[in-house]
Amino acid sequence: MTKQEALFIYTLQLADNCLILGQRLSELCGHGPELETDIGISNIALDLIGQCRSLYQYAAEIEGKGQTEDQLAMLREGSAYRNVLLVEYPNEDFAYTMVRQFFFDVHHYLVLDQLKKSTDERLAAIAAKSIKEVTYHLRYSSEWMIRLGDGTTESHERMQNAVDELWLYTDELCTMNEADQLMIEAGVAPNQAEIKPLYYAKIEEILEKATLAKPSHSWQQYGGKEGRHTEYLSHLLTDLQYMQRTYPNMEW
Amino acid sequence: MSPEILSLEERFQSRIDAEIKIEPKDWMPEKYRKTLIRQISQHAHSEIVGMLPEGNWITRAPSLRRKSVLLAKVQDEAGHGLYLYSAAETLGISRDELVEQLLTGKAKYSSIFNYPTTSWADMGAIGWLVDGAAIMNQVMLTRTSYGPYARAMVRICKEESFHQRQGYEIMMTLAKGTPEQKAMAQDSLNRWWWPSLMMFGPNDAASTHSAQSMKWKIKRKSNDELRQAFVDSAMPQVEYLGLTVPDPDLKWNEERGHYDFGAIDWDEFWSVVKGNGPCNRQRMRTKQKAHKEGAWVREAAMAHAEKRRQRAVEQDEKVA
Repeated sequence: MTKQEALFIYTLQLADNCLILGQRLSELCGHGPELETDIGISNIALDLIGQCRSLYQYAAEIEGKGQTEDQLAMLREGSAYRNVLLVEYPNEDFAYTMVRQFFFDVHHYLVLDQLKKSTDERLAAIAAKSIKEVTYHLRYSSEWMIRLGDGTTESHERMQNAVDELWLYTDELCTMNEADQLMIEAGVAPNQAEIKPLYYAKIEEILEKATLAKPSHSWQQYGGKEGRHTEYLSHLLTDLQYMQRTYPNMEW
Repeated sequence: MSPEILSLEERFQSRIDAEIKIEPKDWMPEKYRKTLIRQISQHAHSEIVGMLPEGNWITRAPSLRRKSVLLAKVQDEAGHGLYLYSAAETLGISRDELVEQLLTGKAKYSSIFNYPTTSWADMGAIGWLVDGAAIMNQVMLTRTSYGPYARAMVRICKEESFHQRQGYEIMMTLAKGTPEQKAMAQDSLNRWWWPSLMMFGPNDAASTHSAQSMKWKIKRKSNDELRQAFVDSAMPQVEYLGLTVPDPDLKWNEERGHYDFGAIDWDEFWSVVKGNGPCNRQRMRTKQKAHKEGAWVREAAMAHAEKRRQRAVEQDEKVA
């Protein structure tokens, strides 16, 4: 793998996480528990879609094959998506939505905080812009973790279930593949080995405030970054790609 | 009616006639209050239910740019719903009561949202025609006699005109696109044209609330005047797109200086108002489901806020 190829893959990984989570959140618009949460969640979705656009535009330039952001986002096969499994998990209920968001936001924040010092100026600039938004996402999801974890008996149970279920997708965020390794060596990407302890420390801090237990099982699922996804992803792509597949090569 | 009330009503009317805004703490006839609650809440509910037909296409938007714009638009509608519920609350009704009225079917919302969005072009047609028709009404309402409603409208109108432009831009892209895209745009215009004209409500002669609302300057233009203004402004845009409206009687009338148009199918209008439109049941079920499934979240948020309050009190007591 050349450095150029690694940079392309690394950028796609970042972009795909934002796209797939943004797409999941955008399913909820109009269906949330109250107007304020519809607005809050749409805001996060909008930020993530905005971030993925900047990243796909850059990835397209790195690749140099004349692809557009939309072709990268909407015309790849499922196995070419490099997002982590966590973000494709469905919106089972508001607890799942919030726990998924929180597990992602903590990591996203830590990555961007390092990435803004990247030797790659373009990624550094995208990270510097994105971290302002993600700081807010993290505050929002942390507050909801605490509110619902330490709310009623029912909300506590639902949150604990979601934490237990989604826990097995957390470690993948901190894994490093060949592209990651090359990018760490080049000073482009943060070292996930350094991020991992900070990641779990922050999660434990909020779980404790939320009166939620850290899951005792250590079983983890991996594969998203290598294109081995859950059954959920292809359904999400059916919607995401519908127009581009049905009406190819048109301007919208 | 007692002479005191009569004189209060006279004073109220003279303030209206003098174009002085009515504010929440001012005396107002009970019927004025009720009319406003009905109208503002219908407007709020329309924003909320209106999120559904457009929300239907957010996940399938054809490009990332379109997805962002549509998501932002639907989010704005949630925001409009919030300001309008707040404006209604100044009249002495709670948001919970208003939501309850929507979910039990006691309150109405704009019938236009009981039509299905079956293609991407509908995102264009809704922005252009439905928001366009709404703006005709809302611009008038920025001068309505009730202060909080008028002020909410000023803010809403700014965003709505952006929505209308983005809708027209979608239509323009389709109309200038491939034959399939142009056909998609035409099909969408065919389906949304008449329901958009119906948005202005019954003809003036058949409108039950109109006369009193005009006297109180809640409304300042009649349904038919607004409908005519809408047709007059939309037709040059239809022509520019190279599309046609599904009305053989539509033509420019030199003498009147307006477009003439065919008769509206009022049977369809009343049928949809009464709950028999294509999507009435689905829209209500969707909102009821979201409300029901979100109950535990709202309860937990209240319970947590109460716990925090209790803890703060305990902390204060310790310090004292």
